[in-house]
Amino acid sequence: MRDVILQAGTLWQREIVRFVRQRSRLTGAILQPLVFWLLLGAGLKASFKPSGMPAGINYAQYFYPGVIVLVLLFTAIFATISTVEDRKEGFLQGVLVAPISRSTIVLGQALGGTTLALVQGVIFLVLAPLAGITLSAGAILVSAAMMAIIAFALTSIGLVIAWRIESTQGFHAIMNLILIPIWMLSGAFFPIEGAPAWLQWTMRLNPLTYAMAALRRGLYLAEPATIGVTMPLGSSTAIAIAFAAFAFILATRVARKASTI
Amino acid sequence: MSATTISNPSQASAIAATTPSAIEASSIGFRYGDRQALSDVNFSIARGEIFGFLGPNGGGKTTLFKLLSTLVPIQSGSARMLGHDLAGETVRVRRRIGVVFQHPSLDGKLTVFENLAHHGHLYGMTGKRLRERSAAMLERLELSSRARDLVETLSGGLQRRVELAKALLHQPELLLLDEPSTGLDPAARREFANYLAHLREHDGVTVVLTTHYLEEAERCDRIGILHQGKLIAIAPPAALKSEVGGDVVVIHAGAPELLQRKILQRFRLKGQIVDGTIRIERPRGHEFVHEVVDVFGDEIDSISFGKPTLEDVFVHLTGHQFFTDTRTEVE
Repeated sequence: MRDVILQAGTLWQREIVRFVRQRSRLTGAILQPLVFWLLLGAGLKASFKPSGMPAGINYAQYFYPGVIVLVLLFTAIFATISTVEDRKEGFLQGVLVAPISRSTIVLGQALGGTTLALVQGVIFLVLAPLAGITLSAGAILVSAAMMAIIAFALTSIGLVIAWRIESTQGFHAIMNLILIPIWMLSGAFFPIEGAPAWLQWTMRLNPLTYAMAALRRGLYLAEPATIGVTMPLGSSTAIAIAFAAFAFILATRVARKASTI
Repeated sequence: MSATTISNPSQASAIAATTPSAIEASSIGFRYGDRQALSDVNFSIARGEIFGFLGPNGGGKTTLFKLLSTLVPIQSGSARMLGHDLAGETVRVRRRIGVVFQHPSLDGKLTVFENLAHHGHLYGMTGKRLRERSAAMLERLELSSRARDLVETLSGGLQRRVELAKALLHQPELLLLDEPSTGLDPAARREFANYLAHLREHDGVTVVLTTHYLEEAERCDRIGILHQGKLIAIAPPAALKSEVGGDVVVIHAGAPELLQRKILQRFRLKGQIVDGTIRIERPRGHEFVHEVVDVFGDEIDSISFGKPTLEDVFVHLTGHQFFTDTRTEVE
């Protein structure tokens, strides 16, 4: 147990130190979603009102939690993409021949990516007043906890892909094909209630939908009525945690089987 | 020539008497899909040996390195390393070997010291032991003044030394190196080789490396020659060279096949055609040069003779040129 903590801890620490030394990653992961939100949110605020959106809020407000998840998604992707090259020609080669299990490697990587994503998500919370949300201390805590769960799940999915494929180009292709649609169909972009029936079903099957709902609920902790009817915090949180656990276990399996040729 | 012959018998036999071999491999095979990368590879490496696997690129060296370093699980056959079964006791093997990769396994965004610290943690080293051992390794590899520098700012030769310091940090008994000379200039290469010899001498570390540099292979106690996935010879370099019959005479001619037949008729010598040249192994080569020039002088563009090199050994054993497409890498 001591070894697992020491080993996962050292891999976690490495992710953090690397990130701090690469400023461009920080700006990239925050700025892109920010621009997204400002342009789409501001541009569509006056005119755009997808059906099913609660009456009390405008589109910029609706989109805000979705952008937070996008920040988490981008950071998770940046944090995991290095795995691809690292294990063939870089630092991970040495880790793979060290007396450490593949699950421990994945744990260190997942915690590293989660921490980075969480920090950036929390930084993004500063913009909440701009979105017309007043955050209480409780709302910040619950939202941060939700962000941590979502970040852990997304980093784990990133690791499933990163350990399975051989090139970073492949990673980008799969990201656009899988991760972005998962995000779009999570209620981040438009509410599930107003979507056509077939899309509603797809969204209901998407585990990120529940995590998204839990985060939305956390942000409006004091005034849940503002965001209309939504599923109870308890059950959506439980589904989000199950989703994160499943993604992590899947990542450890894939890593154990991954060849390094 | 038995597979366990070593050039430094007194030292090695003293160790071997009390401990198992460094590596004992029997009928190792490996395939990537349809391609058989290794087949029926058998060898035994004694403690304290410096052993080199020599072969052209694609001969199977890197695959063998990946198996021995535990990067890739063994497919067929078996190996015991330092007394442990490679497949069944992988973690025990890992604790006791050090691995130096061809592509650096260092994190360029971290300092030299940070790279060592992470490595130490992976091997369960912490606190004072880690600090002292890191400092000692940096001292020995003359890296102390660069400990706080980011690895990406170091030259290739220095990075290779950091790599070595890292691989030795946890005091392995066996060091595995994949093409350690690649990317180093000749001076750095010699320095690196000297350090490996020193390591064997003072710490009794067994060194197993792969190489396609003949001069690097020359410095090993024994070499194993890998060709098309098979281990075709295993012996000290000098013994291999003495298997080649005396001197090596190489003739460039306009019509090599024709001249080869004529030489066979006249001198009863069967030469090999290698890359459009005639190659003849013969004791007292200088006399033969005279004789052949006297008779066939008009048909010969150029002729040379020399003591056999490891390249000649390779040609002798395989009938193939050692460097076919890697010529540019040779100096």
